[in-house]
Amino acid sequence: MIAFDLTVNGESRSAAVEPRTTLVDYLRGELRLTGTHVACAHGVCGACTVLVDGQPMRSCLMLAVQAEGAQVTTVEGLSNPEALTPLQAAFRKHAAVQCGFCTPGILTTMHALLTNEPHADEARIREVLSGNLCRCTGYMAIVAAVLDARAHYAGAAA
Amino acid sequence: MKLPRFDYAAPTSIAQAVALLAQSGGSARPIAGGQSLMPLLAFRVTAPSLLVDLRKVPGLGEITIGADGVTLGARVRWCDIEAEARLATAQPLLRAAMAHVAHYQIRQRGTVGGSLAHADPAAELPGLAVTCDAVLTLQGPGGARRVAAADFFLGPLETALAPDELITAVQFPAWSPTRRWGFQELSRRHGDFALAGIALHFDLVGGRATDAHIGVFGACTRPHRIASAEAALNGQVPAAVAAAVSQAVTEAVTPMDDIHASAAYRRDLAGVLAERALLAAAGETA
Amino acid sequence: MNAPVRPNIHVGQPIERIEDLRLLRGDGFFTDDATRPGMLHAAFLRSPIAHGTIKQIDTAAARALPGVVAVITAQTIGSPVPVIPMRLAPLEQLAPYFQPVIADRKVRYVGEPVAVVLAESAAVAEDALELITLDIAPLPPVVDTAAALAGQTLLFEAEGTNNGIVYTATKGDARAEFPGERIIRAKIDTQRHFALTMEPRGLLAEWDEAAGIMRVIGVAKVPWATRGMLAKQLGLPEEKVELLEVDVGGGFGQRGEFYPEDFLVPFAARHVGRPVKWIEDRREHLLAANHAREFDADLELVVSPDGLIQAIRGTINGNLGAYLRANVAIAPRNVGQFLSGPYAIPNIHVVVNGLLTNKTPTGTYRGPGRFEADFFRERLLELAAAELDIDRVEFRRRNLVKVDEMPYPLATVSPPVKEEKLDSGDYAMTLDGALKEIGWAEKQALKGRLIDGRYHGLGIGCFIEGGAAGPRERARAELVEDGTVAVYVGSALVGQGLETVLTQIAADCMECAMDSIRLFHGSTPYVVEGFGSFHSRSTTMGGTAIALAIEELRARMREAAAQRLGCAADAVRIEEGQVVGPDGRAVTWADLAAGKLAGDGVFSNHTHTYSYGAAAAHVTVDPRTGHVAVLDFVIVEDVGRMINPLLLQGQVIGGVVQGLGGTFLEHLVYDEQGQLLTGSLADYLVPTATDYPSIRAVVMGVHRATVGALGAKGAGEGGTIPVGGVIANAIADALSGRVQPMSLPLSPPQVWAMIKAAG
Repeated sequence: MIAFDLTVNGESRSAAVEPRTTLVDYLRGELRLTGTHVACAHGVCGACTVLVDGQPMRSCLMLAVQAEGAQVTTVEGLSNPEALTPLQAAFRKHAAVQCGFCTPGILTTMHALLTNEPHADEARIREVLSGNLCRCTGYMAIVAAVLDARAHYAGAAA
Repeated sequence: MKLPRFDYAAPTSIAQAVALLAQSGGSARPIAGGQSLMPLLAFRVTAPSLLVDLRKVPGLGEITIGADGVTLGARVRWCDIEAEARLATAQPLLRAAMAHVAHYQIRQRGTVGGSLAHADPAAELPGLAVTCDAVLTLQGPGGARRVAAADFFLGPLETALAPDELITAVQFPAWSPTRRWGFQELSRRHGDFALAGIALHFDLVGGRATDAHIGVFGACTRPHRIASAEAALNGQVPAAVAAAVSQAVTEAVTPMDDIHASAAYRRDLAGVLAERALLAAAGETA
Repeated sequence: MNAPVRPNIHVGQPIERIEDLRLLRGDGFFTDDATRPGMLHAAFLRSPIAHGTIKQIDTAAARALPGVVAVITAQTIGSPVPVIPMRLAPLEQLAPYFQPVIADRKVRYVGEPVAVVLAESAAVAEDALELITLDIAPLPPVVDTAAALAGQTLLFEAEGTNNGIVYTATKGDARAEFPGERIIRAKIDTQRHFALTMEPRGLLAEWDEAAGIMRVIGVAKVPWATRGMLAKQLGLPEEKVELLEVDVGGGFGQRGEFYPEDFLVPFAARHVGRPVKWIEDRREHLLAANHAREFDADLELVVSPDGLIQAIRGTINGNLGAYLRANVAIAPRNVGQFLSGPYAIPNIHVVVNGLLTNKTPTGTYRGPGRFEADFFRERLLELAAAELDIDRVEFRRRNLVKVDEMPYPLATVSPPVKEEKLDSGDYAMTLDGALKEIGWAEKQALKGRLIDGRYHGLGIGCFIEGGAAGPRERARAELVEDGTVAVYVGSALVGQGLETVLTQIAADCMECAMDSIRLFHGSTPYVVEGFGSFHSRSTTMGGTAIALAIEELRARMREAAAQRLGCAADAVRIEEGQVVGPDGRAVTWADLAAGKLAGDGVFSNHTHTYSYGAAAAHVTVDPRTGHVAVLDFVIVEDVGRMINPLLLQGQVIGGVVQGLGGTFLEHLVYDEQGQLLTGSLADYLVPTATDYPSIRAVVMGVHRATVGALGAKGAGEGGTIPVGGVIANAIADALSGRVQPMSLPLSPPQVWAMIKAAG
């Protein structure tokens, strides 16, 4: 077992796991943060994307211990029970969610993109989104939602 | 696809890391970003006894740009390369290739050293390294050695790196400001490995090409420069010999058949991409 | 059909989804999110070879690994090993080809379950797999339909053939000759690919020893059918098997049919007396979840000189895999029966051979048999139009079934015998719609032109999709003490927005806000029987059952209120939240709930509905690399009535993109030894956000369904169906007919090879 500390969704955590435990399995298994999903376990589909120190990473391709000392944010950390965030509300408005399995990975990725590039155009959005697979929507509604959400991020950045 | 069991260490210096690799008798593997190694572990095609994590080893994350070219530390990530604006002039081929490397999330973790050590024959960085005559610095228990990229890649996923060695840096030669360059790749989808890719650069003297470097990746078992194509270009007006260079590339490359494409397709594709890269470099269109 | 649905308050509106509130927050509850105390994890040892006889399975080392609790093989289960019955179109003579729930003396495909390891963690269970020694004497693998037909090696020796089932689709006399006829013959095929849901399969089973109840989560689609099969296999009465629905990460026809794991995981839970969880990994999913779409055809289209199609005939071979599983019959039946699509073809004779091969077994995938049939037919139409020198749009228009020809009989398929009729529609209307949307007339100038190194081409195709499969659906509506209405229905979630759509319907029937409706679906304890979600049936079948249930509930409410208010039942008025008498006195719904008021609805139906439409594409082809870009793809569909246009758009576009994946990217590739070569998502390629950025769907509700209370026809699959044919036609158009795609997928190397071969 390895012991290490990290912060998850703003809370300090002390982890003790086998070295072979991936970050996604630690988040889902130990912390019961089941919003992050495993859809391939080999780093292609993006469903497991979380933010590590603000940067989107495939948590199935990280050992949990590699997040030592980092700030990890999952979809739960990007949500609040009172209301949908502007990005989530845009997704709902455009029917960008169908089965919902890919959704958390896309929300974290797009949140990171729009935080860093609030004026990203459609081509850039699609380019970044190409690292997340969705089998239900065909991506059109997701892109529309992200384009719609830019106004909030641009406003926040201004 | 849970990972197999392994021990784990996170040394705090290169010397410590190398010592751990040496002590394991070849059964330890270094890990940096893990973007190439973790899938191999998930599929259990490799089962190292020990993972030596380089995340605490300082001094491997620098991008140094100077008169002797561009040196990338082994732990430089794709996103670091994207963020380094000076590379637009210091190594424009590297910048051009970045648009094709994997995906946004991978770029936050994938490293230069990891890509070179993994040596996928369809990966962009190994292709660029051989095209530009880059030199890798390897560190082992006996000290450091420098290996030309041309001698480093031996075959698919096979390199000259010894089990007790680490890549610490790769150095690209200085780039002349008037140099012309081209980069063309075709993959099935954006970010996938190349079915074929061509990187090239040449200098122009009196309207004629000199010091041509033409390298192929994806349509080969290891990336390499193509001497016959370079010979067809040197001393010529580039646009005028595009077809001849293309033909030379098609004849020289020896790709494999696989489920994504036949060798015949890859040979032809490599030639087409060479023509397009050359014409783009020359300021024309195909 | 008198159940009233108050129109256009919720039904017909683009209402945002209820499900999104939890799914967007990561608060969905998928199978792997569940845990139970004392839970063990299962891992499956799967056959590494495609065909062979099992000599020995040595599990001693695996059982000795710390953390391993048990290893199950056929021996543990005992003789006879249960088999998986066919759910749809079953026939007694097919029983020899049913799959045993675990490999029983023979293995017949790579991926067939051979042993189950139960351990304290999924990682240890997987570690233990490597310690099991399998001794299998190999047999020659049969991989393609030609070898299967030749029958030199048989998968089931006792049956004497690999041709498990032969279906025929017939109408009129397709062997007749027609004066001046032109015969267009083509060999044409579609490749093996499949649904690939984002969430792989998974199950969590728990045996309640005290109550004698087996509880399972992770089922989907047809939980009641699954319950019936599982109960029988476990020797339990049906009421003692509870299948509870949770969120589901995609279905597309693949998830929810009975697989070996659906027996093995519950069996394991009862065997060891602890809950057992199994979560399929992606490598397993590629190997073990139902494959689909592998058909090769040799067909003739017979056309009279006036450009009217007289007949279609020929043979289609289905590469069905190693066993006939629960819903294997649908695709081969459909590919024959729906070959004519929306076109008036008076004479049809198609023989479909259902061939067993040493590959993963197959089942339904969105538009099963229909995607394939449309590819075959639209290519034949294109070739015919060219041969007869008739404009290809005009040729289609001339041959579409006319409005006044409805109901129009399709081919009859057997065995068992099933007749089908196209119900209603204006097929020319949607054809014109697609032509207008793509800008067909304006873009004719681009046809076959080389611009910036790429050839431009256009393609068009017309399609139908079937919905509203029977036999029936049930619902129950109850007043609840808090003033809400609980609605229980036999429809199941597959991620399609069902909660929202059925709540809209319920709210309009009940004449209340959507917030006053609580919908319960998909779990077997909720309704006495249910039939689930497949063949685009839930809106029509579930929706109508709900309408009937609510109608009855409202009748009960009137009676009960009338008694309380001392007046006649027809003198009270139901308002939102209360029932009002003639003198203005009222009783609230919450008050009435104490009387346990409820209504039951059963809607039986044996007539399918047919949504229909047309699709068009504008493509460019790089002749030097074979790369095809889809500049624009449009689809126009009439679904009878749109319950939620926002969600419907999403379904149609999602379907189109799956069709594009099947046309360009997706291919389950096997070698001659029956090994699956596409073993990861790096090799099995599905569309990403950069591949097809311009897809437009125009959906409408014009020709209402005459089945059900709503006028809605089923509409989940139409997006996928026309894509292959339309794209292939566009590519042929771009290359001015020099290249005729007759195979999928149309990857750059495939297109390049065709161009090279054409010289």
